[in-house]
Amino acid sequence: MTHDNEHGADSGVTKIFGALKSFGAPRLIIIGFLVILWILALTIKIPMPALFSDTLIRLGMNAVLTLAMLPSITGGTSLFFGLPLGIICGLLGGVMSIEMNLRGFTAFFGAIAMSLPLAVLVGLGYGWLMNRVKGSEMTVGTYIGFAFVSLMSFGWVTLPFHNPEMAWAIGKGVRVTVSLEGRFSGILNNFLSVTIAGVKIPTGALMFLTLMCLLVWLFYRTQLGHAMRFAGMNPKFAEASGINVNRMRILGIVISTILGAIGILVYAQGFGFLQLYNAPMYMGFIAAAGILIGGASLKSARISHVILGTFLFHGILVVALPVANTVATLGSLAEISRAIVSNGIILYALAQKGGES
Amino acid sequence: MSESVKSKNRGLSLGTRKFLTNNVVTILFVLVGLGGLKVSGLSIPFFLDDIINRVARNGFMVLALIIPVLAGLGLNFAVVLGAMAGQTAIIMATHWGFGGIGGILLCVVLSFPFAYVMGLLTGKLLNKTRGKEMITTLILGFFANGIYQLVYLILIGTIIPMNNEVLVLSSGVGLRTTIDLTDGLKFGLDNVVKIPLTLFSVLAGAAAAAGAVIQYLVRRRRPLGGKARLNWMVAGLVFGIASMVWGVYQMLNQSMFSFLRVPAVTFAVIVLLCWFIHYFTKTKLGQDMRTVGQDSHVADVAGIATDKIRVTAMIMSTVLAAWGQIIFLQNMGTFSTYGSHENVGMFAIASLLIGGASVAKATISQALIGTVLFHTMFIVSPLAGRVLFGDAQLGEFFRSFVAYGIIGLSLALHSWKKRMQGKLK
Repeated sequence: MTHDNEHGADSGVTKIFGALKSFGAPRLIIIGFLVILWILALTIKIPMPALFSDTLIRLGMNAVLTLAMLPSITGGTSLFFGLPLGIICGLLGGVMSIEMNLRGFTAFFGAIAMSLPLAVLVGLGYGWLMNRVKGSEMTVGTYIGFAFVSLMSFGWVTLPFHNPEMAWAIGKGVRVTVSLEGRFSGILNNFLSVTIAGVKIPTGALMFLTLMCLLVWLFYRTQLGHAMRFAGMNPKFAEASGINVNRMRILGIVISTILGAIGILVYAQGFGFLQLYNAPMYMGFIAAAGILIGGASLKSARISHVILGTFLFHGILVVALPVANTVATLGSLAEISRAIVSNGIILYALAQKGGES
Repeated sequence: MSESVKSKNRGLSLGTRKFLTNNVVTILFVLVGLGGLKVSGLSIPFFLDDIINRVARNGFMVLALIIPVLAGLGLNFAVVLGAMAGQTAIIMATHWGFGGIGGILLCVVLSFPFAYVMGLLTGKLLNKTRGKEMITTLILGFFANGIYQLVYLILIGTIIPMNNEVLVLSSGVGLRTTIDLTDGLKFGLDNVVKIPLTLFSVLAGAAAAAGAVIQYLVRRRRPLGGKARLNWMVAGLVFGIASMVWGVYQMLNQSMFSFLRVPAVTFAVIVLLCWFIHYFTKTKLGQDMRTVGQDSHVADVAGIATDKIRVTAMIMSTVLAAWGQIIFLQNMGTFSTYGSHENVGMFAIASLLIGGASVAKATISQALIGTVLFHTMFIVSPLAGRVLFGDAQLGEFFRSFVAYGIIGLSLALHSWKKRMQGKLK
């Protein structure tokens, strides 16, 4: 920092501008928007501690799903719109854990353990397909995800789950939402949770998130991780230096699918319900928006983008609802701003130069 | 495999085999549709009545997808924006109390500027996202839906003044979730002239037969393709005469079919659009568009303003989609303010693909055949689901699985094929 001072104010200013530019206009707008919402919330006397706890809870709930975008982007297959596939694997794990009558941490980690093999299999299949549709990964992925969700609707009706907590009282199949009360609802959020100045900190969820990020970070430190990042960044060079690019792409997708499965279980423990049937359909877009808001592009992303993006995006949603309700009874404003912000940021990323495949 | 079977396989002419492999999707859906129809136990007149209605209300929208495909923009998921423009016009016309065919014409005019601007903006955006057009139009549809909700749920009554107890929620802000067109635009176009199916069949048959003969005579002097032309004429004549005979027969028999009514003007509008698209592809602009679609680099070299052509294609598609949505809603008679447009793109695209179109090639006949097949599936699958599994909902899941699946599959196949060709080069 002392070096900067010696160069004088002039270069300092250009540096600040440079930093701002690389930080990106949409990020600044969104941070500005969040700050304005916070100020509004302060002025209309919405209890701030509650807002901050909600923001932290939302961060813990959603960040693993956002993290699922990272391996896919760095592996060279762009945004992972096939996320619903991973989510369904996680949901299957959750449903199986209830069917086996597990409770508490056993239920949560049991669900993860059961969903992992499924996620690996699904990820391998999806990755195989993505290697055949290079250049249209996002479009094909979106529709494969949609098709899989509606195919699984058959599954939810016909698979033999009998636990009365999940089954409809009349007729066949599993309910649309399955309560996790007494199973693993809030299992991470409440673990070692402390309240500081009125802000309830979901310690367990944040610890779990840190653990996930650490694992991913460690993976990128391995030789395999390096190879994957290299293959994603520059497939031609990577191929020339003896890396099997297609295999790296599949690897990225498999890790993404696994993270999607884990992510939905983390989400579900915070939400208190497993949402089946059509619920996973649009979750891929939300997660994609999260990482893009954090500063990722279609071709490069970092863990810091995941955390910052999830915090900003879900922070806005958390504040927007009570603010909108107080200013005028416009309950749907939160939903609307989610649609506009999330899809707007994806469009922005698509329109950036160099995102082409 | 025995020698005789082999030779039989070879006996299947190359043309036939090519036809089968190229139309495997369409043939599959014909079979699924027929099977479902049989299982569901629907009576044919009832089914015909439903399918005629559905083709009348959805055909226009499916045709609106053809021009962007021609221009190499792929499947235009952003027809959703056009649908929003159409709905905006309908909301305005309903608010001012217009109805009937006059109201419909007003909607057509009112929707134009909205659709034009949206198409223009979409086209400009697509010029910035080359190579990723389809995912862009898809996400743009979701984005525009957010804006649409912002306008109609929040800005109406707060910034945009609107005093209408029927349309606006009791709080004074935002439109109601459903808007009833019964006393206004409902059947505005359909009811101009409704003729019995039997008469329609006779008239359509006569038109087809006459058209076939005239086409043959007019083009007789041209040198090439004599045999194909003759085949076409014979096919047209056979179809036309069969259709006339069937119509007369049913008319005389006073069967169930003679009670069915066909919205003649709506079909006339669809035929007009078919003719327009056919004619348009032959104009200078249409030819340029095709060049841009085939190879934008070649088009650039040939001095065609590629970007501008792409924007034009989007504008045309969006405007047509707006009109398509007007036709759709006047037939439905009631519309869900925040839902009617949502699945428009998906259903129209699935229809087109089922007809045998791909990301790079779509024809009028594919659009029409696809509409019939897709909606056949729409009608029969809940009923077939109830008969086969004792649950109509399973049929509905099947329906949406097919719609999503067919889009995913044909996008994947197209991209796969393109890559294989790229490798061969």
